[in-house]
Amino acid sequence: MFNRTPIAPLEYTRKLWMRSWVGLTMLFLYAPLILLMIFSFNDSKRNVVWKGFTLKYYEKALNNDSLVEALVNSLTIAALATNVSLVIGALAAVALWRFQFPFKGLVEGTMSLPIIVPEICLGVAFLIFFAKVDWPTDLPWPLNLSAITIAHITFCFPFVAMVVRARLASFNKEEEEAAKDLGATEWQAFRDVLLPHIRPALVAGALLAFTLSLDDFVITFFTSGPDTITFPVKVYSMVRFSVTPEVNAASTILILLTVILTFIALKLQGVKGIAETH
Amino acid sequence: MTQAKQPIIQIRNVSKRFGKVTAVDNISLDILAGEFFVLLGPSGCGKTTLLRMIAGFEMPTEGQIIIDGQDMSLVPPNKRPVNMVFQSYAVFPHMNVTDNVGYGLRISGVSKGEIRDRVAEALELVKLGGFEDRMPDQMSGGQRQRVALARSLVMRPKVLLLDEPLSALDAKLRAQMQFELADLQDKVGITFVTVTHDQDEALSMASRVAVINKGEVAQLAPPADLYEYPANRFVADFVGSVNIFEGKLTLDEPDKAAVDCPGLGKIYLNHGVTGPHGADVWVALRPEKIYLHVPGEGKAVRAAAQDAPDGHNLARGTIKGMSYLGDITLYEIQLEGGQMIRVSRPNLSRHDQEDFTWDDKVSMHWRADSPVVLLS
Repeated sequence: MFNRTPIAPLEYTRKLWMRSWVGLTMLFLYAPLILLMIFSFNDSKRNVVWKGFTLKYYEKALNNDSLVEALVNSLTIAALATNVSLVIGALAAVALWRFQFPFKGLVEGTMSLPIIVPEICLGVAFLIFFAKVDWPTDLPWPLNLSAITIAHITFCFPFVAMVVRARLASFNKEEEEAAKDLGATEWQAFRDVLLPHIRPALVAGALLAFTLSLDDFVITFFTSGPDTITFPVKVYSMVRFSVTPEVNAASTILILLTVILTFIALKLQGVKGIAETH
Repeated sequence: MTQAKQPIIQIRNVSKRFGKVTAVDNISLDILAGEFFVLLGPSGCGKTTLLRMIAGFEMPTEGQIIIDGQDMSLVPPNKRPVNMVFQSYAVFPHMNVTDNVGYGLRISGVSKGEIRDRVAEALELVKLGGFEDRMPDQMSGGQRQRVALARSLVMRPKVLLLDEPLSALDAKLRAQMQFELADLQDKVGITFVTVTHDQDEALSMASRVAVINKGEVAQLAPPADLYEYPANRFVADFVGSVNIFEGKLTLDEPDKAAVDCPGLGKIYLNHGVTGPHGADVWVALRPEKIYLHVPGEGKAVRAAAQDAPDGHNLARGTIKGMSYLGDITLYEIQLEGGQMIRVSRPNLSRHDQEDFTWDDKVSMHWRADSPVVLLS
């Protein structure tokens, strides 16, 4: 028939059943998102039947002041929480990797607690905690976001620590010793040898922290006040009235934003890697 | 090799304990300026710990290390006039060759122009010219090792420490690097201190070797002395291959000695051993120093009689095993007393390995200056 090379036993990518399985998985993962994006252009108040193409809901969403404010709040919190989590998480990981100290196991266990504890419990705990310590709620922007930011740091930094620790396990300690042997101080050895090694983990950890913070609903819901609405909380309240294409449009914007940010972060790391060769 | 015989490193009663384990047990030795010093020993004998103490990565539990007249007790590794080539080479993976080699100079604030010149010079020295922009993951193990060498040499240390420098290389490259290291050391005149478990490496490169066993120095001697005049059974057995037989010292005069070994026979030496008469001793006999003869006795007896009294330095046995190694053939021979002895025979002509085969009865003799009498 055709002059094709036969499919080798391990050439799974050329097998029909494997291709269709991959396709089905992709469909399962992305069909809802794609539908959401398509219907953000739907010219209809009720979001069930396709009525025609329009951009008016994007216009509406971008002119919705409280929605934009919520988005700005979300991005601010995410940026703050990411940076603080990155520092605390990386330092915690290095400390746990480098030093031996009493109750080390206990510290390690406690640190990963925010990952394990159900979000709803953490949310309630924060609600009670901030009420008990009488955390001020009437501060000017962006200080009024402090409660949410602190809550977000709590559940973000263990993820950073986890990723960085995994990366540290592959570090050759002789490299650090070599740096010191060549005259580097503790700090210089950290900056010139250890930090470049964990940089990919820092980028991954930052992305993880940023997205976790950006889309957190449960904990934020319990720690936000009337003036500190975040994007997910706002969308939730919009959906309670009706699912209009405006919600779709807002969500699409958020998806695009995260995809672009991720792309930039990965690109930055790649550019750095290339820059180091020269 | 330079004739300066000043000690550059003085190790004074140094011990190192990790909890209950004693890694280094009261070692004292001097390493002389300009020499190629090798610490040789089986794994876990404490040789690497000793090297790391010289570099400053471990602190001695007791004792003192003096480098170039300065007590190093409180000096951190980054302030010591020594540099180390690590077993894993520890080349910085995110820097290219130039940046790797220039790292030490860069952080100590040397001017850019001087860094460039010295890096180029160091790369030339280790034959890595043209590799300046390579990243470590684009290089072979041997090339990475040269980077590590250049990175240390560029600092012009008083002493260069090398931790198992050749263990990760393949056999051919290892043999080549042995020569190159010795050559390099000759050229730069820096004192080299190398740790190895490989006796070939130690014998071929060192000017002096310290054999370490269980945290103590078993013997400190030039390579040839180590092989020909081992001080004890550990050294005799660890360095090279050897047959060891227990015996009693029956004669000990300044110019001759005799040992009666129940397993091997009567042994005669043409020099004294200064051991107590009648003492339990051990006789070490290297496989290559034993001559094999076809049965019939006559030739072996005549050969032995050349420098020993009748009936000495002779043995008979049956070949129980042989392995042809190309340049030599190795024979496992069962002596009449039942003990095994190892004999090697150079294949001087193409058919030499056919002279003897399994279950052949053979006679052996050795010269009166070949056996070594060991007191411990």
